Amino acid sequence: MAKILVFTEHSNGHIKNVTLEILGRLSSHQVDVCAVGDLGSDSEKKLAEYGALNIHIIKGSHLEKYSPEGYADSLKKLVEAQGYDFVFSGSTSMGKDLMPRLSSMFCAGMVSEVVNFSFEGEHFKGIRPMFAGKCLSQVEFLGTKPHFVTVRPNALGMSDPTNKGAGKKNDIAAVACEIKAIIKEMVKSKSDKPDLTEANIIVSAGRGLKSKDNFAIINELADVLGATIGASRALVDAGEAPHSMQVGQTGKVVSPSLYIACGISGAIQHLAGMRTSKIIVAINTDPQAPIFEKADYGIVGDLFKVVPQLTQELKKIL
Amino acid sequence: MNIFVCVKQVPDTETKVVPSADKTYIETKQVKWVMNPYDEFAVEQALLIKGKDASANITVVRVGSVQASAEALRTAMAMGADDAVLVESPDNLDSFMMAKALKGSIEKAGKSIDLVLCGKQAVDDDCSQVPQILAQMLSLPSVSVVSSFEWQGNDLTLKREIEGGSIEVYSVKTPCVVSVTKGLNQPRYASLPGIMKAKKKPLAQYPLSAVGVSEADRKIKYSNVSLPPDKPKGKKFDAMDEKNIQQVVSEVAQLLRNEAKVI
Repeated sequence: MAKILVFTEHSNGHIKNVTLEILGRLSSHQVDVCAVGDLGSDSEKKLAEYGALNIHIIKGSHLEKYSPEGYADSLKKLVEAQGYDFVFSGSTSMGKDLMPRLSSMFCAGMVSEVVNFSFEGEHFKGIRPMFAGKCLSQVEFLGTKPHFVTVRPNALGMSDPTNKGAGKKNDIAAVACEIKAIIKEMVKSKSDKPDLTEANIIVSAGRGLKSKDNFAIINELADVLGATIGASRALVDAGEAPHSMQVGQTGKVVSPSLYIACGISGAIQHLAGMRTSKIIVAINTDPQAPIFEKADYGIVGDLFKVVPQLTQELKKIL
Repeated sequence: MNIFVCVKQVPDTETKVVPSADKTYIETKQVKWVMNPYDEFAVEQALLIKGKDASANITVVRVGSVQASAEALRTAMAMGADDAVLVESPDNLDSFMMAKALKGSIEKAGKSIDLVLCGKQAVDDDCSQVPQILAQMLSLPSVSVVSSFEWQGNDLTLKREIEGGSIEVYSVKTPCVVSVTKGLNQPRYASLPGIMKAKKKPLAQYPLSAVGVSEADRKIKYSNVSLPPDKPKGKKFDAMDEKNIQQVVSEVAQLLRNEAKVI
């Protein structure tokens, strides 16, 4: 049976849901988890509930802040010492940065951002989007193990805990290594909303919003739903929204359970970035807009009139 | 200062994707090729550095198929890069092969490396792996997805946005590898004199085998490339007439709650 390690990042012990999504999908395998720095008993308990047999906690004074060089070096030593065949991580900012470097240390393959996967014995088969989701491809590994996989958040979905992991904690003192790229400062976001890539609900605005001065009506709808706010490329390129808000092929690829597109016509590169949303609501004055082809619920109407009334309606029922 | 910028040619983002007959990639005959959008920011960053340090040399490097109609390397040289290396290969190399080929191409230029700039990902396979693998292969530090780039001599201060809009501020010295994202700068257009000059700038061309890469280096097998399943047709409501809006939003809110069960 394949030996599997799941790397989980955390912020002060808070682990990301994608770790549990991965563990849930691996419930019929023997899986260990590793993290850098203490997770705390709540997260350890949760990981055990989702099947973690051993929980490796890597510590070192050189690892107090994230560093691709330092993290990769300590993970490499763990993977070698324990002989893991597969290493999984969420396809998060950290996972995307760290895992390619780690895979390269082993001259081994890595598949990025799978949205589904299965094992046939020890043979991994994954499904991953390409061209921002315009097409899907099956991916398999060639060459020697270990093999590395990142998984897109929100794609696998949460499963019920199995309560069969021992969750045995194993502290590891990392050997210091040279770190050349150092985080000297962290600027915390003022927003307490989840990132677009992890959001459960997204309200997005497009060219129809005309100006950033009109974001108030989008903000109000988002507040009622606890949603994160996105924007189309047209609005970003017009300088009315920052790139960090852009959804689409040259922005963020998202898969929330609810995506509300306000004044977005649905250019092919935008659709590519949000088509895997579970439910899509579109509000647009043009009944021929391509976004309506993908919308579960399409409202042909003026967003400046429809959005405020929708906000009021949702306030009543939520 | 020797700056290397890795660029890739990718199908334009407006391309309608069609799987190839053998389903291992997409049909490329009708594709309009462009420079990977994120790589434009990398080229511009190199030019901004050269703008302040005229002694800087910018080499653009590309691994990929040769198309007569478009050449991202000539575009980059028209923008102001000094010379170029092209390694001819199929368009479906995996990230490991691509990074190994880029390493070989950079070494072919025969210059010491101060800075390697890349786009954060290519918008074809969307792997976001190559810059970090390349950094490891070159034994260099890397910072990825950089949206702010300041430099003073060989000290770089780089900002990288992570989840939720928080920002990691990195301090790193050259030589290093930096992958960049949108928002970093505004790529310039090539001027007409620039385009004329670019035709005379040196472009070295090699086969993939000359940089030590073969099919044996392939780590990932792609198959069954297919279009995502179409969604069933949704419900559409007319709210152009203001009188209908209340009725429509009330119905949609109920559907979201009771049919879709997402709120």
